[in-house]
Amino acid sequence: MNLEAHDLMCIRDDRTLFENLSFRVTPGEVLLLEGRNGSGKTSLLRILCGIRLPEAGNITWDGEDIFELGPDYHAYTAYVGHRDGVKLDLTATENLTMAKGLGDPNNDMTIDEALDRVDLSGFEDSLARNFSAGQQRRLSLARLLVTRARLWILDEPFTSLDTHGISVVESLFSHHLANGGMLAMTSHHAVNLDTAAVHRINLSA
Amino acid sequence: MTTRSTSRAFTLLLRRDLTLAYRQRSEMINPLLFFVLVTALFPLGIGADPALLRSVGPGIIWVAALLAAMLSLDSVFRSDFDDGSLEQYLLSAHPLSVLVLAKTIAHWLITGLPLLIVAPLLGVLLDLSGAAIWTLILTLALGTPVLSMVGAIGVALTVGLRRSGMILSLLVLPLYVPVLIFAANAVETASAGLPITAHLSLLTALLALACSLSPLATAAALKISLS
Repeated sequence: MNLEAHDLMCIRDDRTLFENLSFRVTPGEVLLLEGRNGSGKTSLLRILCGIRLPEAGNITWDGEDIFELGPDYHAYTAYVGHRDGVKLDLTATENLTMAKGLGDPNNDMTIDEALDRVDLSGFEDSLARNFSAGQQRRLSLARLLVTRARLWILDEPFTSLDTHGISVVESLFSHHLANGGMLAMTSHHAVNLDTAAVHRINLSA
Repeated sequence: MTTRSTSRAFTLLLRRDLTLAYRQRSEMINPLLFFVLVTALFPLGIGADPALLRSVGPGIIWVAALLAAMLSLDSVFRSDFDDGSLEQYLLSAHPLSVLVLAKTIAHWLITGLPLLIVAPLLGVLLDLSGAAIWTLILTLALGTPVLSMVGAIGVALTVGLRRSGMILSLLVLPLYVPVLIFAANAVETASAGLPITAHLSLLTALLALACSLSPLATAAALKISLS
């Protein structure tokens, strides 16, 4: 199981954000994107998700183009972006039930367990509207746990989390990587992932 | 991905949208209120002559239904786009067209079905005959799902734009016209006591066409809007 990018190029508003970008992510590895604001980190993550097409180059999952795989690729990925994807008028459990249904359901982790892992146990039946920003962020990160996704694609996952929240999420990452998961992310915070092999790509360079 | 889990995703999404609509009831009332008010205002504006009302009634009710459907269109994907749920559908392990079909059906149940329920009352208000009222319900049952299906394509194309109202109307209205013509004409024909099989067949054909093609077109349009 691996993700490979070959000679990616991205153009936005007539500016070339990056070109000839190639990398490879294998189980247990982290792809950490760095760079200034507007350097194309989010665009690259959206290309990796298959939401956006690169202007040149291609991305393969186990040797097959992700745009041809479509839903078969998405069964292995989970994405948490700037916008949480949390419905404020649904409870935490209802939000996660939908997320579980949208993904590949062959996953043993129950919704209660997932909420417990992000430190939201006791909030199962509360409306997401009443959550603080950090709690909403943790709820959207709990989505990663309820599907069988092997590749987590995360855009600034630590936004609005406090120190405790950050350490909770970091332990999720370590656990995921130790079980052969992959991670592609951007972060302004320094990420503490002791064991993992981290590939850093600086898009401003 | 198995068909079973895809159909489960379909029912989950349908049920979730209905739950959300129930918790945001005021949004659901808006188009319905518009439909009732516009129709009820016409007798005040053009005079309460029963013969006149009987002849323009079918047209008025159908135009009001069409505008009410348009008024509610934006809500199909707007909130999903704003909170990022749309990206999650796109990145789900199931075909986007199946999820889109669930969203469109939910939207029709929330905004189209209530029109069907109050339409008989409005028919009585405009002094339509019994046969005409039955035909009205039948044409609304066949026609309003087409409005939702076709509208979903337009919304999917414009959801990424900031002020999409104007362009959405321009995109969608021409496609609504055939439904309006056949449906309103069917009600008039029925009140004249003539058979309406041809009208109903045409409306059913439009519905079949919309059901089979609209989810695919909407899914493709959403992919363009999000990229």
